[in-house]
Amino acid sequence: MKSKTIHLLHLTGLTWAVPFVRLFTGDDAKEQLLQIWRLVGMPAAAILGFLLFWQLAAQQINTSLGTLPGPYQVSQQAGVLWKEHWVERKKATEFYARQDARIASIKAANPAANTKKMTYTGKPTYLDQILTSLKTVFVGFLFASFLALPIGVICGANKNIMTALNPIIQVLKPVSPLAWLPIVTMIVSAVYVGNNGVLSKSFIISAVTVAMCSLWATLINTAVGVASVNKDYLNVAQVLQLSPSKRIFKVVLPATLPMIFTGLRITLGVGWMVLIAAEMMAQNPGLGKFIWDEFQNGSSDSIARIMVAVLTIGVIGYALDRLMVSLQKLVSFE
Amino acid sequence: MLQLKNIHKYYGEGRQRSEVLHNINLDLNEGEFVAIVGYSGSGKTTLVKLLAGLITPDQGEVLYKGQRINGPSHERGMVFQNYSLLPWLSVFKNIDLGVAQVFPQWNKKQREEHVLRYVNMVNLSHATHKLPAELSGGMRQRVAVARALAMEPEVLLMDEPLSALDALTRAKLQEEILKIWNENRRTALLITNDVDEGILMADRIIPLNPGPRATLGPGFKVDLERPRIKTQLNHMPEYKRLRNDIIEYLLDTGAESKRNQEVEQERRLPDVQPILPKSAFSLAFR
Repeated sequence: MKSKTIHLLHLTGLTWAVPFVRLFTGDDAKEQLLQIWRLVGMPAAAILGFLLFWQLAAQQINTSLGTLPGPYQVSQQAGVLWKEHWVERKKATEFYARQDARIASIKAANPAANTKKMTYTGKPTYLDQILTSLKTVFVGFLFASFLALPIGVICGANKNIMTALNPIIQVLKPVSPLAWLPIVTMIVSAVYVGNNGVLSKSFIISAVTVAMCSLWATLINTAVGVASVNKDYLNVAQVLQLSPSKRIFKVVLPATLPMIFTGLRITLGVGWMVLIAAEMMAQNPGLGKFIWDEFQNGSSDSIARIMVAVLTIGVIGYALDRLMVSLQKLVSFE
Repeated sequence: MLQLKNIHKYYGEGRQRSEVLHNINLDLNEGEFVAIVGYSGSGKTTLVKLLAGLITPDQGEVLYKGQRINGPSHERGMVFQNYSLLPWLSVFKNIDLGVAQVFPQWNKKQREEHVLRYVNMVNLSHATHKLPAELSGGMRQRVAVARALAMEPEVLLMDEPLSALDALTRAKLQEEILKIWNENRRTALLITNDVDEGILMADRIIPLNPGPRATLGPGFKVDLERPRIKTQLNHMPEYKRLRNDIIEYLLDTGAESKRNQEVEQERRLPDVQPILPKSAFSLAFR
């Protein structure tokens, strides 16, 4: 039980919780307290120091929107954003309740009446925007993976194809999302006609841009991984006379999985970074747009709200990375 | 049954090209256990890869039952030096992978029985569903042997299967492999660097002279009665004589090859005088 818990904590990256578990299950207290100080105390002290520095430094800087907000104002704005969300939700439920009541009364008067249900059109709240961003990056990540994995496998399996595609990959790889966006916008607008689909145009533009910028890590890692599969495994596959499909799915891909997951992890990280810029430009209702709108808004709270967004982006990015590391640990066989 | 005819094999290209195997002729008879003994780096692994069909010779041909081989086949099972188990598959699945390929007409249950029989044969029933990383070196090599045998090959090729194991585990596995081999006496070829291991297991021992340009030496017939018990062998005069003969032969050819290499290297030295630094002063004003 105990060793299982500890294993799980290691797997999920919550290494700092391990000494607590050990302490409460009766391991050597002194050693565990030392570990707690090392893994929890010292980082906490560093964070405290950083907040202090931030507070002091922020007071020195005067912008056109007042002094730069410190940690306190930022946390206050986080609370405001949280509250706004629930206020907005309440408004929405009240709107639907009113609408249902109205429709019911009309139907009661005249059962044949033609009634139409409206959707609530309130502005998306901060939490909605986080959700949109997550959805966008996820879809972009899927696009990227679907493109990069097969091409990567083909490149890795055939040296000539790799050599042929290498210059194209190397040239397209360093292009900034801001450069892709206008092109992607034009293409998506031309190809994806009609805005009646489930996905809005701005959503697709952002997702495609994310994919364009982030797929390279997965592609290259997959190609290198497939090309450098342990020669012994390939010999085994030959001696066992595995069919080509079995050779790929039972030998080559499992052997490459750790490399592939490293690539996917980088792809998701890059995708999350690119997303914010893409959303700003494409006006996709996510965190990027939130920041841009606040910047344009220019109220006295704006900078604090943007800082909330910055912290949110950081925390979510970190969480996504941890998730990928955990997945990677699950599939790696060494 | 399995024949090598005038085999030459080169590695590298251009001026780096060197001959690894030089005019190799070998004939494995049905049911015979042959050991090839040689120094490390003499081309033993190349030889066994040729027999398995993993590589092709530059000259000469490999014949199996009189037919030229063109690639690996399940008729020639192979045990690799470093086990080469797939680390993401359990013991059972590692063995099953080959079985499913050789006996595609079998259903799941038949295959399972078959695999478990071989797992039992190498005394690993308790580890059937473990991953290779959870096993010791000896256990891993047992799995590798079971994997090769489960495909029911007609020839078993073993490339230094026991060289990475400690002496005690090695002795135990030698016994086990012999026991399994004794049951149906398939043709077997063992590559080894251990003369004792060769004498204990094989009917015929062929030394591979040290490379480059390695050739096969004369065969030494091992006429000791089976089953051979390691502790008893040590007292047999026949065993001692054979052991001394083979070791002497290997040492002689080893020394000869070293001499040859030295002669060659001496010849290769360029005829130039090195510039020696005299003093910092003279260098600065030269």
